[in-house]
Amino acid sequence: MPGAGRTPSTAPHAEGARGRCIGAPATCIMEFVRFENVSLAYQPGSPFAIEDVSLTIRENEFISLVGPSGCGKSTVMKLVTGLKPPTKGYVYVDGRQVAGPQKCVGMAFQASNLLPWRTTLQNVMLPMEIVEPYRSTLRAQRAEYEEQARALLKRVGLAGFEDKFPWELSGGMQQRASICRALIHKPRLLMLDEPFGALDAFTREELWCMVRDLWQEEPFTVVLVTHDLREAVFLADTVYVMSKRPGRILVKRDIELPRPRDLEVTYTEPFAAYVHELREHIGHIRES
Amino acid sequence: MLSQKTLIRLAPWLVILFCAILWEAIVVGLNVPEFLFPSLSAVWKATLTHWDPIMMHATQTFLTTMAGFGIAVVFGLALGAAVGSSPVIYKALYPLLVGFNSIPKVAFVPVLVVWFGIGTVPAILTAFLISFFPVVVNVATGLATLEPELEDVLRSLGASRLDILKKVGLPRAMPYFFASLKVAITLAFVGSVISETVASNLGIGYLMMAASSSMDMALVFAGLIVIGIMGVVMYELFALVERKLTGWAHRNPNGAM
Repeated sequence: MPGAGRTPSTAPHAEGARGRCIGAPATCIMEFVRFENVSLAYQPGSPFAIEDVSLTIRENEFISLVGPSGCGKSTVMKLVTGLKPPTKGYVYVDGRQVAGPQKCVGMAFQASNLLPWRTTLQNVMLPMEIVEPYRSTLRAQRAEYEEQARALLKRVGLAGFEDKFPWELSGGMQQRASICRALIHKPRLLMLDEPFGALDAFTREELWCMVRDLWQEEPFTVVLVTHDLREAVFLADTVYVMSKRPGRILVKRDIELPRPRDLEVTYTEPFAAYVHELREHIGHIRES
Repeated sequence: MLSQKTLIRLAPWLVILFCAILWEAIVVGLNVPEFLFPSLSAVWKATLTHWDPIMMHATQTFLTTMAGFGIAVVFGLALGAAVGSSPVIYKALYPLLVGFNSIPKVAFVPVLVVWFGIGTVPAILTAFLISFFPVVVNVATGLATLEPELEDVLRSLGASRLDILKKVGLPRAMPYFFASLKVAITLAFVGSVISETVASNLGIGYLMMAASSSMDMALVFAGLIVIGIMGVVMYELFALVERKLTGWAHRNPNGAM
């Protein structure tokens, strides 16, 4: 329930988080998302889905959460977006404590969730009908916004498919459209919950490169939940390994592969070393 | 050789033709007296003889049914939207709705007659009462089965509940809604004819009661067939509207698109 676990000490905390950068604005790397000892139980009294999670995500950082299934990776997404309030601890986004659903977050899931009665273009335009300031200016500037949507679709290789319905697209194309829908309103935060999980290996690698390019051209903060360690190492700046339920952060690993990363990098020794190391952590978790 | 497609198109007519021949053959062959079970040709003769009164009563029944059905659609859509979008309303109303739907509506007609007198009003209300339930259930189901991920996508954009209902809930519930219209329209005919049979001096139901009391079985059967035809025509009409408006939900290439 909203409000559960919130204490009167909320305000000083929020101030504290915002105040951290004051005094050294030039050198301080702005933190965008911050978890302070966050735990969440979906029902009061039920066991925690995640427990005592603390992490910070810098503005425009690309992080990835990996772990065995059911470790609460998706729970972290629900907390960041404010769809669930934490049972214990505090979640801050952009220096402010999260209370209620965040506006202006982009989300994409394993299922593309495109609306079957809308064309690809109309699907991508959906956030423009909801998010301000686009919403109130949509009537006047529809042509301009549609042009933006077409340009975005073109960038992900969907030029010519704007007026097709979702069922006329392949799985990979649907996923591309879904990611366009998550980005059209230029959110500062993109949440990806196993977005490539249902795709074949080749399509998946194509989409990695698509996300990499979109992110590199116009950076935004990304949280990628995945089972695929190669995907995590290839895309992310930082990989967090989570434990079995109740999910805790076991390992934080910075991926220091140079950018821009080419697919070729996935066949190099340092890349394999990262994947191998993460795989060992996961192996230990599964054995325990 | 007939192609598969032509065969599918002809199949319903062939079945009707077969039943008609079987009917005629049994009645004529076994020499069944007309006051028990008239032959199809006798029913046809009666239809022609009584054409004008049949049409008059059929029009009455049709308008009554459509009025009741219209109220049922508006009411069912509104109630279904409320029930489907709020778990509290869902829990609160479901037992009452199911309970009410279990009451045979013919048992309710006398109550309506006491309240509104004999005639068109109880017939409209019976048609309404019998046909709104499937609309409510289907619209509610369409709304309640919204994918949670899709709801998360919209909520994380800052969409209000009304936004979600307008942008996703209702469009997504439309195939369920139109499917329910096909059921509801046939039930509405049942309702209005039941009420006319018990408490009216107009409509096909009344015509059939009057005919059976004078042992004119051919006219009774003519009435039955007229109701059946009206039901099929309206059903097909709504099926057509459904395909036009929610074709995205019926995209099976072997289907009727």
